[in-house]
Formats: sequence, structure tokens, C-alpha cells
Amino acid sequence: MTDAAIDAVHPDQQAPIRLSGRHISKSFGSARVLFDVSIDLRAGEVHALLGENGAGKSTLVKILSGYHQPSSGELFLDQAPVEFLDSESGENHGVILIHQELNLAEQLTVEENIFLGREIKRGWFLDKAAMRHEAKKLLDQLQCDIDPRTRIRDLPVSDRQMVEIAKALSKKADILILDEPTAVLTGREVEILFDQIKRLRKQGVAILYISHKLDEIKDIADRVTVLRDGCLITTQPVAGLEKDDMARLMVGRDIKQMFPDREPSHAADVVLSVRDVCVDGQVRDASFDLRRGEVLGFAGIVGAGRTALMEAIIGLREKSAGQIERNGAPIQINSLQDAKKYGIAYLTKDRKGSGLLLNMEMRPNLTLLALEKFGRVIIDRKAEEAALEAAIEAFDIRAADRKSKVGDFSGGNQQKLLLAKVMETDPDIVIIDEPTRGIDIGTKSQIYHFIGDLTNRGKSVILLSSEMPEMLGLSDRIAVMAAGCITGILEGNDRNEHEIMRHATGISGKQGVSVHE
Amino acid sequence: MSSLERNEASISKTSSSFNIDFKALGPFLALVGLFILGTAINEAFLSSGNLSNIFTRAAFIGIIAVGATFVITAGGIDLSVGSMAAFISGAMIVVMNTLVATLGAGVETVLIGVLVSILLGIAAGAINGLVSTKGKIEAFIVTLGTMGIYRSLVTYMADGGTLSLDFGVRGVYRPIYYGDVLGIPVPVLVFFAVAVAGYVLLNMTPFGRKCFAIGSNEQVARYSAIHVDRVKTLTYVIQGLCVSLATIIYVPRLGSASSSTGVLWELEAIAAVIIGGTMLKGGYGRIWGTVVGAIMLTTIGNILNLTDAISNYLNGAVQGLIIIVAVFLQRGDWRRKKSK
Ligand SMILES: Nc1ncnc2c1ncn2[C@@H]1O[C@H](COP(=O)(O)OP(=O)(O)OP(=O)(O)O)[C@@H](O)[C@H]1O
Ligand SMILES: [Mg+2]
Repeated sequence: MTDAAIDAVHPDQQAPIRLSGRHISKSFGSARVLFDVSIDLRAGEVHALLGENGAGKSTLVKILSGYHQPSSGELFLDQAPVEFLDSESGENHGVILIHQELNLAEQLTVEENIFLGREIKRGWFLDKAAMRHEAKKLLDQLQCDIDPRTRIRDLPVSDRQMVEIAKALSKKADILILDEPTAVLTGREVEILFDQIKRLRKQGVAILYISHKLDEIKDIADRVTVLRDGCLITTQPVAGLEKDDMARLMVGRDIKQMFPDREPSHAADVVLSVRDVCVDGQVRDASFDLRRGEVLGFAGIVGAGRTALMEAIIGLREKSAGQIERNGAPIQINSLQDAKKYGIAYLTKDRKGSGLLLNMEMRPNLTLLALEKFGRVIIDRKAEEAALEAAIEAFDIRAADRKSKVGDFSGGNQQKLLLAKVMETDPDIVIIDEPTRGIDIGTKSQIYHFIGDLTNRGKSVILLSSEMPEMLGLSDRIAVMAAGCITGILEGNDRNEHEIMRHATGISGKQGVSVHE
Repeated sequence: MSSLERNEASISKTSSSFNIDFKALGPFLALVGLFILGTAINEAFLSSGNLSNIFTRAAFIGIIAVGATFVITAGGIDLSVGSMAAFISGAMIVVMNTLVATLGAGVETVLIGVLVSILLGIAAGAINGLVSTKGKIEAFIVTLGTMGIYRSLVTYMADGGTLSLDFGVRGVYRPIYYGDVLGIPVPVLVFFAVAVAGYVLLNMTPFGRKCFAIGSNEQVARYSAIHVDRVKTLTYVIQGLCVSLATIIYVPRLGSASSSTGVLWELEAIAAVIIGGTMLKGGYGRIWGTVVGAIMLTTIGNILNLTDAISNYLNGAVQGLIIIVAVFLQRGDWRRKKSK
């Protein structure tokens, strides 16, 4: 690291440029994704990269770190031309990328993942004790109390993301690139991450930060670069930019109304009623009613049991007790097939692990859940194509090539496809778990309006979300869970952040059980 | 390499479309290549007698391999097919021989034998499927176990020796293997019918789509309201049925079964599937590829028979080499790595 970099405590125009991409273009096959984009990362700055889903942000950072080769254009490291043949050579030059999609070996433990490929050795043998010690230290730094010996597959996504961050920190980056690190993190974890980012910035590390959460950008970034449809729109200091300005730069128009206007109907019939549902070790005595045309929010901190409760309702998890009624009649749901039969659909929050077939194209993904609609004996391809056409239109899915694998889509477009897939069954009740994870602000608004339309058509929605504005902006009532119990269902004036937090932490409302996870 | 305007876009476009064509057509091209080679080595290769010989022999492995395509596409594996074939042949022979006493050596006896074969095939497949799905045991382990079980059952039935089909029955049963319709041998017709049915089932029906989904990601399939266990079990049942069909054709050929019947067929079937472009890890399967793969494997043996250049005993080595090369070519990314 140069002396200048160490001096660069305050990011300013004088801080030296560490890494830059000049006139970068990129095509995948016939699809052009980036057009002549240039970007500089200065020592000691946090540089935010903004853009709609599919704008090319991930592609650009993959090029900057050697995962992809540019079709044209050049990289410069400390002003000298440089070529990264692969990610390893990028890392050897001090450029570390935390991917948008988690990249951990699920079967390995946390410590094994952190030191994967760079194991600490003593002689010919692995020095496990040293690695465990180091891993523990890294995790402590992130105030993350998971055992380094846990296997990744046993961790929730937010912890996995923290492990990714620990792994990146352990690599001593000069240039650290984070692709939507906070999409799966909780509020507290975000704060911890920001402390680390600030610490690294002080040390002169150049940081490139991608996020769709514009509040974060205002908090942490010094400069921002905006991409739209693969083109560079602007690079400018964050100071003086408001959230609306950023949104406008990204989307290219004003976003007039983020949330739909809805008229909550308190008198509507109850379509689903859940009574005293328990899930061993996760949920206790959960009861609530869902009315026609309403959005019922479910708030709570990670591990409060929201997902477990929903999975129990739709038959993906075993209930140890409790009843469910649909339109007043008791029903048995033992599998997702049963739930589908009763018009209940579930949108998973884990789109990579349980949502989409990443190695397949859009068409089979879209129709998979509603396959019988397309023919019981022979699948009607034409009908499938038509459904795809309609879904692309309705959900504004932007794919450069319809035939490419879903895994190559930008995160936001995957999310839209997942939503389209669930809606293909035309459910009356939709349980939506984190619908806007990794989604740009314009699309978010589209999805909110879509949810609004659903309820206007008499459908009911259960919304699980960790984003407070979304929860408050969409829900008619908000059920709050803490430690496996519903601690309160907030209505009217009680529907505010303060009350939610009080119930989520167990200060107010019914006392929760202690749950070990 | 580092010139500013590397116009890779157009290059990568052509190479990627070439890759796709190459992947789909690869096995066909390789087969054409083998045929040209065969003709070059010996004129007799293209004679109708030799060709019908190749296709008839390919029918056994081919029919089994069509079933294996389902299993592998859905992310499973069945190692027991060779032993299962031996066991079913043995059981058929025992049943038919016993029936001769009461029913005589007639068509009824053969029909009952065929029925027994089909029932056993379905049952054996169902056992493989149910034990691995309900018992949550890796299919590799379960079918390794049943492979041993079926093999030892046939050895037991034959009392360590050979079971021979009653001579009278053999005469009635003969046309199934040696007969032809419009000059096309019966086994080839059956093979073709199985392949067409397999193609339709795998590529055009909800069941086939579910196999692809389960093979690519079981969790996603489960979250898509697919009865994962049921579909997986069915793939093994289809496999069992295919084994039984192959056996029905095979029995009249030799008229006997012993502990060495069907040895290593599982490997040939899996090889045919993989050569054909189906992915061993699941999620992608191609019936026509499998058909071509099975024909390729038999063609190699046939060509070695026609030439003195390589010993016939090296048949296995040549097949092994071809399998590895075929899979290597299909990966398609060797091209990109090289160009870098
Ligand atoms: N390997 C690939 N093959 C083909 N197309 C690709 C590939 N990777 C990305 N793309 C396409 O490039 C475009 C840009 O994708 P990218 O992932 O860079 O977007 P993004 O800005 O990161 O979006 P998001 O905010 O949704 O993550 C998309 O249209 C995507 O489908
Ligand atoms: Mg991205």
C-alpha cells in the first residue's frame, strides 16, 4: 500500500486512484450488457454503484475483479494497465469481490470456507487450531457469534452473508467490492458491516459498494456511479444528492408514488384462520385471521419464527399442534400440493436454493408450479410460450436472451420471475417472504402496486418483510412475532415502527418462549 | 491480447452457437464418424446383415439405457440393472419351464413368462425407488445392494450353474429375437418404440418436466409442489420396466440364464446415457442421445471384430476411451479455456 493511500483518511479528489476500468464493454454471446463504461476507485473512498436490475452492476464488478473478461476496454491498477486472467489473479492484486449470490461450499464448515484454498498449514498438515482461532477472531470482529465449526448448510442466509464478509476481510483487500451485501442482512448486522467498512476506508482501502437501499448509500458512500441499461449515466459526489435524485438517475424518470392507494376493508370475511399452531422448537400457539383483500404483515427479527410458521401453514413443515380454517371450514394441509389445492401459494425468500432452477431457461421455471394448467398428459408448449410472454409483460422481466439460463439473470429479474411463477397458479391467498430482496427502487414500486392490485381483486396477502417502509407502506395490519410467539397484531395508529420494535423485542405484548436455533 | 478494442463479441457469438450445435449433434457426428471408419476398415461393415446385427445388439443396452436416462435425469442412479436382467431372465425361464408340464410348450406359456417378467421388472424398480426415497438412502448405495441381491438370487436359482429354457418353448419364443417385420428385426422395432415413448414422456409430459426439475434442484422441486418421492420412484419403475422389456427380447437369444448374464450391463447403459449428453449429476437428459450412445458402443465392438489392427480383447479399453473423450467434448468449455 502506498503512503498516499494511508494518508487518505478524507476522501477527496486528491486521493490516488487505485483501480479503474476504462471504456469497458461486455457481451454475453449476442447480448450486449455493458457499453463503454469507465469507473475509478480511489483509495479511502466508498464508491457506490447504482442501477436498476439488469443494469450491469454485477457484470461490471465481476470484470473489475477478474471473474469476467471485458469484451473491450482495459483495467488499470495504480495507473498501470493490468489484466486479470481470472478471479485468483484479481485477488493476488488485492481486489476482493463479495458476490451478490453467496459463494460458499454448503457442506463445509464456516472455518473451512473462510480459509478455502488458502488453508493455514504447519509443515504438510493443516493447522486446524490456527484456522479456528483466526476464524473466531474474524467473526468476533463482526460480532457474529456462530461457531466456526458449524456447517454452512445449517446457517440462515444472513449468517452466511456474514461468513462471506469475514472471508473477504481475512483476505486483506486493497480494493474491496461488495455486491449487495445487505440484501439479506438485518438492521444490526448492517450497522456492524458499516463499522467495518468505515474502518477499512480509514485504512485507505478503496471500496465499491452496490446496493438498492438508497438510505444506505447516503449513509456510507462518498461518491456514486449510476448505470442504466449498461451505460454510464454519471459519477458524482453523494453530498447534495437526495434519494429521489438517485432514483431518478437510475430509472430515468420520477417515481411518483412508491406505494399503492388501498382501502383496507375491516369488515371483509375471514378467508384463512390459523389457530394455535405450534412447530417444535420454533413456533408456539400462533393464531391469526386473514381477511379477504387485506395485506397482513408479519414483522419480527430473524429467528422469530415467521418463516417456520408460514411453512407450517402451507405444509412444508410439520405442525405439532393447531388447526387451520379456510373460509370457515377446517382444512388439512400436509403438503404444498394441499395448499395449492386450497388456493394458497408461497413465495420463498431463498430464490436460489428453493425458488428457481438456475440451470434452466425461463419457460420451465415459470410454469413449474402450475404445470397441470398446461396440460395433464402433454405439455402445451404454445400455451407455455404465451404465459411467458404475458409474465414478461406483466412483471417487466428484462432478460437479454429469453433462452439463457435463469442463473445468468440479474438478481432482480430472477426475483420478478419467481413472483411470476407463484402467481401462475392464480392463488387466492399469497404468502410472500421478502418480495423485494435485491430489487431496484423502480421495480419495488411496481411490485408494491402489483400487490395492491391483487388485494383490489379480492385476493389476500401475507407479507413477511424485514424492510420497515415496505411493512408500513403495504400492510393493513401487522402481526409481530418474537421468539416463536405472535406478540401482538397491530392495527390503526399502533401500526408504527416504535410499536413494532417494542413487540419484536418482547418489551410489549405476549411473552415469547425461548427458542434455541 | 491487451489491445484496446478486442472485438470478442462477434467471435464469442459464433463460437457459442457452434457449441450449442456441437453439443446437440456431437453424438450423431461421432456415430457417423464411426460408420465411416467401419466402412473404411471393412466393406462388409455396411452390409445389411452386419447393420441389422449392430442394431439388434444395441437394442438390449439401448432399451435399458432409455430407462436409465429417466433415473439419471431425475438425479438418481441405478447400478442394479445388469443383475436385475439376469434375475428376471432366470425367473422367466424357471416359470416357463414349470408351466410346460401343465400348459405345454405353447404361446400361453411364453405370454405368462412375459407377464412375470414385466411384473418383476416393475417390482424390482419400485423396490429400488421406494427404499431410496422413503428410506432416505443414497440411490447409489441402495442399487449397489440390490445389484448384489439380484445377482445372487439368479445364482441360487441356477444352483451355481445355468438355467436353460425348455426346448419346445424356445421354438415358440424364437421369433421375438430372430423374427422381423418388413425386414426390420423385432428387437430393433421394440427399441425404436421404447425410444419414441421415452422421448415423448421425458420431453413432452409434466412427468418428464418434473424429472428435469428434481434433477436440477430437489429443493426447488419440492417448493414447486412436486411429489418428489413419487416421481423419483416412478423413474426407477420405468427403469425396471425397460430392463424387463430388454430381458424379454434377450431370453430367446441364448435360451439360458446364469450368474454371468448381464454382467456390466449397468455400466454400458450408464455409458450410453452419458455419451448421449445426459448429465450424470441430473437436471438434463436426452433420449435420442442415449439411443445414439447405445448404438455407438455396439458399433465399436463390431468394428473391432472386423479388424485385426486392435485385438478384440481391447474392446473395453476402446469403449472406455470413447466415453471419456465424448464427455470431454461435450463439456464445451475446453474450447474457451484454450482460446484464452
Ligand atoms: N453469464 C451471463 N450470460 C448471459 N447473460 C448474462 C450473464 N451475466 C449477466 N447477464 C445479463 O447481463 C445483464 C446485466 O446483469 P447484471 O447481473 O450485471 O445486473 P445487475 O445490475 O447486477 O442487476 P441486479 O440489481 O438485479 O443484481 C442482465 O440482463 C443479465 O441477464
Ligand atoms: Mg447484481
